[in-house]
Amino acid sequence: MSEAHDIVRAAEEMRWRLPRNYQDRLTEAIYAEAARIAEKSVARRGTSRRLDLQVRLDRLLTGPWTGLPIIALCFAVVLWLTISGANVPSAMLADLLMGQVYPWLRELAFAGLWPWLAGLLVDGMYLATAWVISVMLPPMAIFFPLFTLLEDLGYLPRVAFNLDRLFHRVGAHGKQALTMAMGYGCNAAGVIAARVIDSPRERLIAIVTNNFALCNGRWPTQILIASIFLGALAPAALAGVAATAAVFGIAVLGFGLSLLSSWVLSRTVLRGEASTFSLELPPYRPPNILRTLYTSLIDRTLFVLWRAVVFALPAGALIWLVGNVSIADRTVASWAVGGLDPLAWFLGLNGVILLAYIIAIPANEIIIPTVLMLTVLVTGNTELGAGAGVMFEAEDDGVRRILTEGGWTALTGLCLMLFSLCHNPCSTTIYTIYKETRSWKWTALATGMPLVVGFVLCAAVAAVWRWVA
Amino acid sequence: MSQACPPTACESCSAARGTLEKLGLRLEKWNHVVALAGNPNTGKSTVFNRLTGLRQHTGNWPGKTIARAEGGFAYNGRRFKLVDLPGTYSLRSASPDETVAREFILFGKPDVTVVVVDATCLERNLNLALQILQITERVVVCLNLMDEARANNLVVDPRGLAADLGVPVVPCAARGGEGMEQLLAEIDAVATGAFRPRPYRLRLDVPGLREAVDDIVGRLRAAFPDIAHAEWVALRLLEGDRAVADRVARGEIGRLAPDHAATAGTEPAAAPIGGGLR
Repeated sequence: MSEAHDIVRAAEEMRWRLPRNYQDRLTEAIYAEAARIAEKSVARRGTSRRLDLQVRLDRLLTGPWTGLPIIALCFAVVLWLTISGANVPSAMLADLLMGQVYPWLRELAFAGLWPWLAGLLVDGMYLATAWVISVMLPPMAIFFPLFTLLEDLGYLPRVAFNLDRLFHRVGAHGKQALTMAMGYGCNAAGVIAARVIDSPRERLIAIVTNNFALCNGRWPTQILIASIFLGALAPAALAGVAATAAVFGIAVLGFGLSLLSSWVLSRTVLRGEASTFSLELPPYRPPNILRTLYTSLIDRTLFVLWRAVVFALPAGALIWLVGNVSIADRTVASWAVGGLDPLAWFLGLNGVILLAYIIAIPANEIIIPTVLMLTVLVTGNTELGAGAGVMFEAEDDGVRRILTEGGWTALTGLCLMLFSLCHNPCSTTIYTIYKETRSWKWTALATGMPLVVGFVLCAAVAAVWRWVA
Repeated sequence: MSQACPPTACESCSAARGTLEKLGLRLEKWNHVVALAGNPNTGKSTVFNRLTGLRQHTGNWPGKTIARAEGGFAYNGRRFKLVDLPGTYSLRSASPDETVAREFILFGKPDVTVVVVDATCLERNLNLALQILQITERVVVCLNLMDEARANNLVVDPRGLAADLGVPVVPCAARGGEGMEQLLAEIDAVATGAFRPRPYRLRLDVPGLREAVDDIVGRLRAAFPDIAHAEWVALRLLEGDRAVADRVARGEIGRLAPDHAATAGTEPAAAPIGGGLR
């Protein structure tokens, strides 16, 4: 289009004949007009108590000494409510889906179908799905509405405001706090949310480091493992608090890692200064509680649950297959687990966990079900029930029994929590990162970096633990 | 305080009410396209949800909507496609989310642009409204968050505002549904041409600018016969806006990049950002 080039060149030339900064004059004219018109049409009637209240609230919530502790407190309270509230409904759901429905379904299937098909359908697909629902649904149904309430209230921008100094210091954009907050729901959403950041450099930092924000698929893993292995280390009365503290610690570690990796990135491959930006602190608005409950339950909770179920079905089939198809007298699962075990030992984990993370790449949500089913299949623990049929004892106690019989210790639990925080993003997130960056290089970095961090962390923790113990 | 504003006062009287049918995602055919623009966090998505019956996520923070969402509604037998845009402070911003909004207002050829403004901080919101009025006349101003303005003891005069801006101004509190009826009536009137707004426009009294703009506009029209907002493009070129210049040079100006994000569960696509970095 030489014609088009000519237009651009002509404009460039004309530009020099125009008064300098005329565009600033136009902008100023618009601002002045806006001020004039607004002045004419708005009148203030006395003072507003509401505004006073907002100002006082802001002084507290964004104060230099009070801001960060309040964020930590809010976060801890949300976590504690989630952990202590999710236990009972989780156990009830597990009892229903695995204690009641599962044996009935199993009998029905094995009576009417070929055994391999019945196993694939019921011991594989149904069981994985039932696990996902009972492990995922209760924590999400508590966590999402609480988060949405804070969001509707107008607290998120204040969080970003408070954390801005930290992000600025590591060379990242202050709005990265917002993208991280979205990441706590879903990393793919967090990666898309990075569009609010203008500068490509800082947007890439936000995208690459978003995986350190624990997503909803990983919260239940953290909560369950913390309750079983770390909460149990404390006296019974304090178990809930200890579990909360452990999960909180992991979340804070994630935040720290995201700052650290942002710092490293902005000193190496994404060098540059943090740009300034303006962020509006919206007025506090009383949330509409019923609507919040409705939208966060229907839209977010069920949407995420649906995604988990969609991934759990084929994963369940796959798990059943690797657990039942044999090559030279050993099942595929036992070959794979045996092969992964040495590496896993080094990381404080076991082969089952690593295999589960390979099978569960499509969705973090299915890690726990995968781990449990593989553990049962590989240990071939017949005392607990007929093959995979063990799963109907599904309360925390049942899970604890399955895992400890599989050779798990507190170290395994801790390392799993660390690895769950630091490993490659799920395939949906990886694809989203590619779509947002259009670059294999950055996608590879965003995928590989957390994995490397996880390996280093787990290996270090395992080494120290074994040295001390 | 009167809730009515002059331009279409007759139509807004409750005797002649239209009927709203929320169409959600049923968007097969439409008569008119309506864009929802405005500063961040002024309640665009809430208005969107009110009119379409959809449940686009809303949240009390600027930047919640990052890609455009589309929904439909029918009013008085005419079908409208409503496009919810990310919030933007001006038409000159560079971030990917704000670019989505600007591109659509300029090149999505909406029949009506509804500018949602926050009644509690009118001055800042009017900046964008005035910028939009510079480029299109088919505008309805939705003076949202009137409930908050009242709670803050602010008295806002929609009539005076409508007179100053030359376009319909509808006081609303979208969260409670207040003013939605009249907003629909005004959107309908402007979309069908029953009411032609005469927007207030600032004159460009910079010596030599008028001639330069006219010259460039003439060349642009010759090169791209169906170009929209040639004047805006010309002004950007004269300012030396690299992004616009590149697109003109590539012959892509005026072509709307696909971004159907939040609609119907398809995944959003933003401008690639990896390429420009070394």
